[in-house]
Amino acid sequence: MIYLDNSATTEPYPEVIHTFVTANERYFGNPSSLHQKGSEAENLLREARRTIARLLNAQPSEVVFTSGGSESNNLAIQGIARAREKRGRHLITTAVEHPSVLETCEYLETVGFSVTYLPVNEEGVVSLTDLKQAITEETILVSVMHVNHETGAIQPVLEFGEYLKKFEKIRFHVDNVQGFGKVNLDIQSVGIDLCSVSGHKFHGLKGTGFLYVRSGVNIQPLVFGGGQEFQLRAGTENVPAIASLAKAARMAMEKKEIQNSKLARMKQELFEWFDAQEGVHVNTPRETSAPHIMNVSIERTMPEVLIQALSNKDIHVSSKSACASKQPSKSAVLLAQFGEEDERAATGLRVSMSWQTSQADLEALKAALSQIVPQVREMKEVKS
Amino acid sequence: MNIEHILVRYGEIALKGKNRNEFERALKGNINSVLRKIGSSRAKRTFGRLIVELNGDDPNVVISRLKDIFGIISLSVAAKTSHDVHDIQKVALQLMKEETTAKTFKVSARRSFKKTELDSQALNYEVGSYVLRNTDDITVDVHNPDVEISVEVREHGTYISAGKVLGRGGLPVGTSGKVMLMLSGGIDSPVAGYLAMKRGSIVEAVHFHSPPFTNERAKQKVIDLAKQLSLYGGAVRLHVVPFTEVQQEIHRQIPSYYAMTITRRIMLRITEKIAAEQGALALVNGESLGQVASQTLESLRTIEQAAEIPILRPLITMDKIEVMDIAKQIGTYETSILPYEDCCTIFLPEQSKTKPKLEKALQFETSLDIDAMVDKAVNNREPSLISSDSPTDNNFTELL
Repeated sequence: MIYLDNSATTEPYPEVIHTFVTANERYFGNPSSLHQKGSEAENLLREARRTIARLLNAQPSEVVFTSGGSESNNLAIQGIARAREKRGRHLITTAVEHPSVLETCEYLETVGFSVTYLPVNEEGVVSLTDLKQAITEETILVSVMHVNHETGAIQPVLEFGEYLKKFEKIRFHVDNVQGFGKVNLDIQSVGIDLCSVSGHKFHGLKGTGFLYVRSGVNIQPLVFGGGQEFQLRAGTENVPAIASLAKAARMAMEKKEIQNSKLARMKQELFEWFDAQEGVHVNTPRETSAPHIMNVSIERTMPEVLIQALSNKDIHVSSKSACASKQPSKSAVLLAQFGEEDERAATGLRVSMSWQTSQADLEALKAALSQIVPQVREMKEVKS
Repeated sequence: MNIEHILVRYGEIALKGKNRNEFERALKGNINSVLRKIGSSRAKRTFGRLIVELNGDDPNVVISRLKDIFGIISLSVAAKTSHDVHDIQKVALQLMKEETTAKTFKVSARRSFKKTELDSQALNYEVGSYVLRNTDDITVDVHNPDVEISVEVREHGTYISAGKVLGRGGLPVGTSGKVMLMLSGGIDSPVAGYLAMKRGSIVEAVHFHSPPFTNERAKQKVIDLAKQLSLYGGAVRLHVVPFTEVQQEIHRQIPSYYAMTITRRIMLRITEKIAAEQGALALVNGESLGQVASQTLESLRTIEQAAEIPILRPLITMDKIEVMDIAKQIGTYETSILPYEDCCTIFLPEQSKTKPKLEKALQFETSLDIDAMVDKAVNNREPSLISSDSPTDNNFTELL
């Protein structure tokens, strides 16, 4: 099996599964219980939180565990909107965000907020100039992703963060679901107030994640109840899952340097190859992009057909965000990048690698595509 | 440009005359014990400064770890270059360009090595005008600059730095001897310990534990606090003293309105005895005048009489809010406010004497075998060494 859909999800590390199973066996107590079993679970929870805080160079009290990226994004955006609506009702985000950001913003528009969606250039990147123009007296939140989930383009969050430091009223949220462990992001120096991370994107388990909430930043919870997670997310903590998340995060950070240079090398090579193919356009920026994602538009093909044909050869890639790819429309990210008229938006294919990906895997992909693409194009021409 | 060094500035210890050598050695030792955990950078002594040679370590990481060490006034990254004015100009410009938010600057040149062509004034002018010519939007402000480019000409080269990270001041830990801290788990006592460390003390701590009335979480909380303190003053030896029997005995024998006073007197005696065994010359606690019944002047006097050793009270004139600010700043506040019972809150009588009389206290104590109680508690204490990198719970290292 050749798995090249690591932006959709990754295979968990065996160590992560071991942590989850072992913690379930040994530390099943409720951390809120006063007895020994509760206390043990609480200790594990605290140590897991500390482990993650250390990796982020943050305080443990700034790490709020959630069920993953979508919940973290919802908690950040709705949380700020609700906590700050008396100060203003305008939000700024980008046209290429993950659906969990875009649809949260669309929901907020139905309850009286206004939202500016920043456009992107041909490389899929937003600009500081557009941000500057979008800010109004009413603006309370800017939410920008770090690494795009479809193209791997890196957004200028550093530049944005630096600029936004001047605005006392504006909170800055970064969706770092695709970037964590792949592209360095110093939360402290960038001046980020909220940051979303999801475990299953770096070989952790599904249903794990956290939201970094800078100390002093107030948000309204989505789930009320027992006061867990600093009153921000009620419900008995899933201690084994949280421990497994800490494990995955630590492993991702430890392996980061070696793996990313290997990934970057392979991506570069793949870039050259696609670039040299006839009728293929690389949608991922050559320089400012994450080391593991490569998005290409292959002219006169349908991505669904290519995915199916590759899958028959046991090679697994995808077209757009898994959260949106069952709807038969064009990629929203590529539409924003290229516009409605451009065929590239309808023919995007995403290859996303991990530490498990080998050069041989990529050779197999190239060979398969060289065989499949002409066949598909031929069929398409006959049909039309 | 090579950032090879970090300049470590220290103020007060340079004033200490004959002790200066000892202080510099202590500071260097404290710095190196932190550096050894990071990588291969090491501190070296030169005229009135310590210089950390990075040997390839990340300067930001090194600075973030060093800024919490007592005795340091400020830290700056420094590039080393030759005595040649052109080299100095180029390096100064590069350093200035990294200070992206700065709008104004000034150059402060100093020479401890005088055999160079230009004197300090001339260097100020040459370097300053070179930076001005090669930047946009930056001006000179000699009174209140955003960035001060310091140029130090020494015999073996010129050190140039821009920007400064402030340290915590104080004296190097270890230069003032050892003290025994009474660490309860509340907000005040960790701050008192921190301040004792700031003035150069090595801190050991005593905690009174009364199972089953106080639970493991309360003890864990104190371990966490000791761990946080160890970031500033090195490993903390923590003595957990079993206190249940003492409290039960007091509860049985002493009228409730004097129970608090007698309890405190016995705590002092136990701590004093542990201090003597460990070679500590003073006790430290978090008392603040008038804060609670045990901290009125009358109470302080009646309680203090039980011990002969000096008692240092760094917080004695501070308001609660000032103490809380320090606690937040040093990272103990959030642990301190966790709501677990400690030995001071259990058995707390409804009414305590705010003005206990010494004669009365002495009289009540005759019904207790104090020496035996103290000896037993001291002998049964559990000592452990808590440091910032000791894992809190070994069971978890495999899991996390």
